[in-house]
Amino acid sequence: MDTVARLDALKLRLRRLGDRAALAFALFLVISPAVFVMFWMLSLAFKNEIDNIAYPPVWIPNPPTLANYKQVFERSPFGLYTINSVIVSGSATLIGLVLGVPAAYGIAKGKAMGMGMLIMVARITPGLSYLIPLFTLFRFLRLTGTLVPVAITHLVITIPMIVWVMISFFEDIHPELEEAALVDGCSIWRAFVSVSLPLARPGIAVAAILAFIQSWNNFIFGAVLAGRETRTLPVAVFNSMTYEQLSWGPLAAAALIVTLPTLLLTIFVQRHIVTGLAAGAVKG
Amino acid sequence: MRPLLSKARAPGRAAVLRHGGYSRRQVYLLFLLPALLVIFAVIIFPWLFTIWMSLNDWQIGMQQSFIGFANFQKLATDTRFLETIPRTLFFTVLGVVAPLIFGVFAAEVFHQHFPLRGLLRGIYIMPMMTTPVAIALIFIMMYHPQLGVLNYLLSLIGIPPQLWIYDKNTVIPALVLVETWQWTPLVMLIVLGGLAALPTEPYESALIDGASRWDMFRFITLPLVTPFLMVAVIIRTIDALKSFDIIFVMTQGGPGTASETINIYLYLQAFAFFNIGHASAVVIVFFVIILTLAIILLAARERLRWTQ
Repeated sequence: MDTVARLDALKLRLRRLGDRAALAFALFLVISPAVFVMFWMLSLAFKNEIDNIAYPPVWIPNPPTLANYKQVFERSPFGLYTINSVIVSGSATLIGLVLGVPAAYGIAKGKAMGMGMLIMVARITPGLSYLIPLFTLFRFLRLTGTLVPVAITHLVITIPMIVWVMISFFEDIHPELEEAALVDGCSIWRAFVSVSLPLARPGIAVAAILAFIQSWNNFIFGAVLAGRETRTLPVAVFNSMTYEQLSWGPLAAAALIVTLPTLLLTIFVQRHIVTGLAAGAVKG
Repeated sequence: MRPLLSKARAPGRAAVLRHGGYSRRQVYLLFLLPALLVIFAVIIFPWLFTIWMSLNDWQIGMQQSFIGFANFQKLATDTRFLETIPRTLFFTVLGVVAPLIFGVFAAEVFHQHFPLRGLLRGIYIMPMMTTPVAIALIFIMMYHPQLGVLNYLLSLIGIPPQLWIYDKNTVIPALVLVETWQWTPLVMLIVLGGLAALPTEPYESALIDGASRWDMFRFITLPLVTPFLMVAVIIRTIDALKSFDIIFVMTQGGPGTASETINIYLYLQAFAFFNIGHASAVVIVFFVIILTLAIILLAARERLRWTQ
C-alpha cells in the first residue's frame, strides 16, 4: 500500500519533471531564432575583417573592435543621417499625435466609424501608392531635396497608427468620469483636456512609440524622396551596401546603429506594446 | 466594439445640454477636422490623383496625355506584370502559413507559467520592432553561399550548402524565411491575447476525461482561438502582399525576375523607368487585389462567427 502510494508520487514528480523539460526545450526552440540573429549581428559588428569572413565562422569577437563603427562614420556622414532620421520620425510622430489623438477621441465619442474605416483602408493601401502622387506633387512644388516632403509623407504612417491605437484606449475610458465633468458645466474641450487626456496617457505613450518605431524603420519613403543630404538612416544603410560588398563588419555595424534605438524603445515599453498592439490588432 | 452600443443608448443628462449651439456629436466631430484636412492631403488626394494618373500616358519630364483605359489594357497583356501576380500570391501564402504555425506554437509556450516569462517574451517580440533594411542586410550575410553562417550550421547536421536567395527556385522561400523571422511574434501576440481570454472549464473536464495534450489543443484550444487566428491571417495577408523592404534590399526582384512581386514591379515602373501612368494603373490593380482578399477573409471571419 505504502509502496504503491510512493510509486505514484514518484511517477507524478517524474511526469512534472518531464513536462518542465519539454517546456524548456520548446522555449529554447521558440526563442533561439530571435536570439541567434541578434547575436550574429552583434558578432559581425564587433569582429575584425578577417574573422568576419573566416570559415568555419568565428563566434565571439576576440578582441572586440570598434573599427567597423569608425569606418561607418568616416565613409559617409552617418551622424547627419541619424539627425535626419530623428527629425523626420520625431516631427512625424509629434504632428501625428497633435492631429491623431483628438481625432481618435472624436471617432470614439462621436461614433464616427466611417472615419475608422477610412483609417483602416489607409492601413491596407501599399505605401508605394502614396509615394507616386506625392513624389509628383513635391517635384511640382520643388520641395524635393529637403526634409519636409520626407516628414510629410511619414504622416501617412504615423496618423493611422496613432488614431487606430488611441480609439480603443478612449473607448475603454469610463464614460461616467466625463459625464460628471460635463454636468458640472465643463465644455467638451475642457473635459477632453482635463479628464480623458490624462487618463489616456499610457495609451498615448504606446501610440507614440509604435508610430515612432514604424516611421523610423520606414525605408521606401526616404529612398524615393531624399537626396544625398536628406537621407534617413535606413536609406543610408542600404546605400552603404552597394559599395561595401564583402566588407561585412561596417555593414553589420551600420545595421546595428539603425536598429538599436527601436530595440531600446521596445525593452522600455515591452509590456505596454503587447497590450497596445493587441488592442489595435484584435479590435480590427 | 461591445461597450459602444450600451453607451450610445444611455443618454445622460449631459447629452441634452447644447454646446455653443452644436449638438454633442457635432462637437466631437470637430475634433476630427484637423486630422481630416491632413488625411485628405496625404492619403485621399494621392488616391484620387492615382486614379487620374492611371488614365494618362504620363512619364516624368514629358507631356502627359489622356488615354483612358489604355494603361490597363497594356497591363492585361504585359507578361512580366502578369507573372508577378501568382508569384506574389505564392509569397503571401507562405508568408501567412509559416508565421501562423510558428506563432501558434510560440503562443502556447508563452501561455504557460515559467520564471522570467516577461523578459523572454520581450526578447521574443524584438524581431518585429527591428528595422527591415537592417535585418535584410544581416540575412544577406547569413545567406552567403560560401561564407554564410547558415550553410555552416546546415553542414553541422549534414545538409549540403544551399544557394538561398541566389537560386531562382529557393529565393522566395528564403525571403519568406526572413519575413517569418520578423513577423511571427505579431501572430504570437494576437493568439496569446486569444488564449488569455479562454475559459478554463473545458480543460478541466477534458483533464478528468483523460484527454491528451494534443487532443486538448486540437479539440478545445484551436476552435476557441480561431477568431483570433482569423485576425492574424487577415493582418499577415495584407502585410505579406505589401512586403517590400526585405525583397528590395535582398534581391531587388532577382535572380532574373524570380522574386519580382507586384510591389517590386511597381517600384521599378515608377522610380526606375518613371512610367508614372503605367505604375498608377498597377497601383489600382494591386489595391483591388488586396481589397478583394481582405474582404474575402473578413467575410470568412463573419461566417465563422455565425457558425459558432
